[in-house]
Amino acid sequence: MEVTLNVNGSAHPLRLDARVTLLDALRDHLGLTGAKKGCDQGACGACTVLLDGRRVVACLTLAAQCEEREVTTIEALSEEGTPHPVQAAFARHDAFQCGYCTPGQIMSAVALLAEGRAGSEEEIREFMSGNLCRCGAYPNIRKAIRDVAEEG
Amino acid sequence: MRPFEYVRAVDAGQAVALVSADPDTSYLAGGTTQLDLMKDGVLRPARLVDVTRLPLSGVTSTGSAIRVGATTTMEELAADPVVIERLPFIREALLLGASTQLRNLATIGGNLLQRARCRYFRDPAVEACNKRDPGSGCAAITGFARMHAILGTSDHCIALHASDVAVPLVALDSVVHVQGVDGPRGIPLTEFYRPPGDTPHIENVLRHGELITAVEVPLLPEGARSHYLKVRDRVSYEFALTSAGAALVIQDGLITSARVALGGVGTLPWRSWEAERVLRDAPATRETFRAAADAALEGARTLPGTAFKVDLAKRTLVRTLETIAGARA
Ligand SMILES: Cc1cc2nc3c(=O)[nH]c(=O)nc-3n(C[C@H](O)[C@H](O)[C@H](O)COP(=O)(O)OP(=O)(O)OC[C@H]3O[C@@H](n4cnc5c(N)ncnc54)[C@H](O)[C@@H]3O)c2cc1C
Ligand code: SF4
Ligand code: FES
Ligand code: FES
Repeated sequence: MEVTLNVNGSAHPLRLDARVTLLDALRDHLGLTGAKKGCDQGACGACTVLLDGRRVVACLTLAAQCEEREVTTIEALSEEGTPHPVQAAFARHDAFQCGYCTPGQIMSAVALLAEGRAGSEEEIREFMSGNLCRCGAYPNIRKAIRDVAEEG
Repeated sequence: MRPFEYVRAVDAGQAVALVSADPDTSYLAGGTTQLDLMKDGVLRPARLVDVTRLPLSGVTSTGSAIRVGATTTMEELAADPVVIERLPFIREALLLGASTQLRNLATIGGNLLQRARCRYFRDPAVEACNKRDPGSGCAAITGFARMHAILGTSDHCIALHASDVAVPLVALDSVVHVQGVDGPRGIPLTEFYRPPGDTPHIENVLRHGELITAVEVPLLPEGARSHYLKVRDRVSYEFALTSAGAALVIQDGLITSARVALGGVGTLPWRSWEAERVLRDAPATRETFRAAADAALEGARTLPGTAFKVDLAKRTLVRTLETIAGARA
């Protein structure tokens, strides 16, 4: 079927099987491999992207469902090579080990800050719980997010 | 995943006609149950009718109730000012479920129709599952049961209804509004689900193709206090082992009105009229709360793997009621 996806500000007409998820469309058809495939079942958050500004798991969304919606991926965060404040904070705080969960963590954190849910350690812990990190980098992930939240 | 055709519904009547006419066609909302189970090969529809563009989203207030459009997301409902003000335990139940990324997709209609989390049901390599394949047996009863039900079970299925928000919704006597080929009807949520009996594959009273359009939720009376407590294996992002949603009106130490439902224990979101009867007109004391919890769990049927849930569910309910009573004092 014909599906036009609006990703990071530009429209991409695609021919896709109806089964293609937003995640697979991004990775396999648009070459945007920032969003990662961890579980492919909505459980790990590695595939987190923004849909109309809200964070969602791209693996449980059909690409066809995203027509006329604005998709934002990690590739759009930095401006002209300058990292987004959340990206910079993750680097500063060493908020990763293998890095596989990191794009999802960062997209989730960007949304978390916009939702106003980074007010305390507990709040961050609760509202970031949809992003798992096998390497257990959680303490530094939380530090990075607190840092950005406090900078305002 | 079996190939399927994707149809974006633009009109509720068209959607109802399409799905009603074909047993192989299903609705698709947020997709967090439907696509998950299609990836597992448990659901294999030939066509999906996407309802998320139908004008069914949003919350309206009538003064004595709210009407929640079926495609309103869990996050949207949790952020509704009337819910925050008048139905706080709905907000608590919503925000303790799944993750923000899932709640931004998951709709209220889909949430009520979410399917069993039973591992055997979700794994087509397992032969014995009466819910997936009627008459094949139940691998959970003879196998490993833990995240399973202890109330409303049968010898054919012990799968839990795992929705959190359905707990306060059933406590409030919410009404599910549906549209079918023969027109609309309203179904009290207390009569919406069917216990497994010997037909565990039939989970509710909907006819194939009936579309949930809205859920009507009566507001709590002025002065009522409510609370939802969820107990789980990890602190966040996990299904309930046990949960309780309750609302009380307490006047001069006496409970004048009580609504109680339990999660994590029932094959359906479990309204406990037994607990409510004990609570009503009784003093708001720990003894009363304990008696209510005993009454709520009286009919429990356990397996070795689920026996722990009886005491845990009782304590969950007592703590919920104490929290409500304490918050008032
Ligand atoms: C990792 C994970 C963790 C989760 N944790 C929790 C939790 O802690 N607590 C909790 O309560 N839930 C939890 N869930 C379940 C989640 O809440 C449900 O999957 C979700 O609410 C379903 O809504 P949906 O819009 O995505 O429905 P879909 O998946 O689109 O649909 C579900 C079913 O309902 C049918 N349907 C959908 N809308 C309608 C309609 N309007 N009329 C008629 N039929 C319809 C579909 O055909 C399908 O059969 C979790 C899910 C996942 C994947
Ligand atoms: S408990 Fe129900 S869903 Fe689970 S295996 Fe038994 S019949 Fe299937
Ligand atoms: S890949 Fe989507 S949540 Fe794990
Ligand atoms: S850094 Fe390795 S999974 Fe998070």
